[in-house]
Amino acid sequence: MPLDVDAVVVSNTHLSNDYNVLVLAAPAVASQVQPGQFVMVKPGVGDDPLLRRPFSVFEVLRDDARVTGLSLLNKRVGVTTRMLFALTPGDRIRCLGPLGRPFSVTEPPERAWMVAGGVGLAPFATLAAALRERNVKTTLFYGGRSATDLFHLDEFRQRGVSLTLATDDGSRGVQGNVTVPLARAFCDADRATPIRVYACGPTAMMRAVTELAATHGRAIEVSLEQVMGCGLGGCYSCVIPVQRDSGPARLVRSCLDGPVFDGGTVVWEQLG
Amino acid sequence: MSVDLSVDIAGLHLRNPFIAASGCFGYGVEYADLVDLSTLGGVAVKGLFLDAREGHPPTRIVETPSGMLNAIGLQGIGVRRFVAEKLPLLRAHGAVVIVNICGSTIDEYAEVARILDDADGVGALEVNISCPNIKKGGMMFGCSLQGTRDVVAAVRRVTRRPVIPKLTPNVTDVASFAAAARDAGADAVSLVNTFLAMAIDVETRRPKLSNVVGGLSGPAIRPIAVRMVHECRQAVDLPIIGMGGIMTTGDALEFIIAGATAVQVGTANFVDPFIWNKLVTGLTDYLQRHGLATVSDLVGTLDITDRDTVWTSS
Repeated sequence: MPLDVDAVVVSNTHLSNDYNVLVLAAPAVASQVQPGQFVMVKPGVGDDPLLRRPFSVFEVLRDDARVTGLSLLNKRVGVTTRMLFALTPGDRIRCLGPLGRPFSVTEPPERAWMVAGGVGLAPFATLAAALRERNVKTTLFYGGRSATDLFHLDEFRQRGVSLTLATDDGSRGVQGNVTVPLARAFCDADRATPIRVYACGPTAMMRAVTELAATHGRAIEVSLEQVMGCGLGGCYSCVIPVQRDSGPARLVRSCLDGPVFDGGTVVWEQLG
Repeated sequence: MSVDLSVDIAGLHLRNPFIAASGCFGYGVEYADLVDLSTLGGVAVKGLFLDAREGHPPTRIVETPSGMLNAIGLQGIGVRRFVAEKLPLLRAHGAVVIVNICGSTIDEYAEVARILDDADGVGALEVNISCPNIKKGGMMFGCSLQGTRDVVAAVRRVTRRPVIPKLTPNVTDVASFAAAARDAGADAVSLVNTFLAMAIDVETRRPKLSNVVGGLSGPAIRPIAVRMVHECRQAVDLPIIGMGGIMTTGDALEFIIAGATAVQVGTANFVDPFIWNKLVTGLTDYLQRHGLATVSDLVGTLDITDRDTVWTSS
């Protein structure tokens, strides 16, 4: 059941000039989170900015076994994300969630490949934790502009995740898009080993990853970002064109039917 | 002191004056797990045509200063599926249901109204002659006095339910449209729908909405909406449901004092889906503080007696 809490900011760690991780004391929300779900947050109490913004839950934080809160991976882009970048411990923000359809967490013998671009890393920390509980062999393909845009690598390694990195400027890992090492890995993979691909990042990246997965006959789930009004199915703003049968594409609400979709059902050429 | 928040409008009894605005609350059932729908004054469901519609491609909304533009394009499941699938659930949750009806033609409005007249659990029909985002229907009728009369009269002929045209603010003199609606048999009017508006991405020089233009809602429009409710109240003896950027009890009170018997809350529900309890508590406190036993004691009590001149657009 989604809850709306007035969450206290526990810490705000600036990872770079653009990225930060915001830890919120929101145990009642955090304890319900499944990998891939999101929260709607609103910093400030005024009418400008007016609407909440959707954020994937980055981490569920625990003190021993007790859930204490959740964190958000934020990239400073617009008005709300600039406010989230500037928050200090003790500030409060509204946090509504958890919302949306989660990833389906695969089980062995299936392997998991997580493909992240930039801030699209956000849903994969919780997914990695859930995969680890099931002893799923997991690889993270992670691309960014440069080495300074790749975060939490040690945390993923500690969760037993193999890393394959790519940067636009070649300062870390393979030079180029994350799809470059991914395409190679698809070709090298043993046909008999089942693999489930999870992708989150820029739309063009997720489309390319979906096409690669289709070419190689692998299951793929994507976490799509769309401009959202309410996060609860009330406004019909966040629609995604989806084709599940032979009929025409249908516009479905990504807050209720997503944000996680079977990549093969998304009609990418109609997605703005 | 106990106070009575209930109001009667157009023969419809509401537990309190707070109605979820059409287009901002899905079909109501989306919220049933979060909010006890029976505690709302009413639920105005998303606008329905005869058949299902896909609406506009994304991008469908864009935030603007203290407001938002939307051009959803009235995506919907059609009136028959609504009656079969959603209405029974709304009834089971104890919601007072106001069905927002649409049409590309006058005949379509009448047909949708006729189907709903046969259905159980429909409290009233809100006639959408004010959607600014569609090519045929909506505001096309609501921007013409004759179109307003024709649609309202056609719906009036086929239904026993209260008929409540939803007026557009995109006209010079909204009170004349309220009068036209009354003359054609309306039981009440609701106002305002959104203001036709647009926003441009200056880097790409493209409109931010796929539909180019959309409707502006939110606190940015509230003072204009209050003024329009005031004008209708002064000009026409017809119950009013007021709306436009209500975020707090205080905002709702402005509309009620200006002359609205009930109010609708739309955009605020996106920001705070749990707003309804807060509105009810706030209104109770206000009535107690002012020694008023009922909401009706407050409706239209705007005091302008010592003003030398009252400026309005009419």
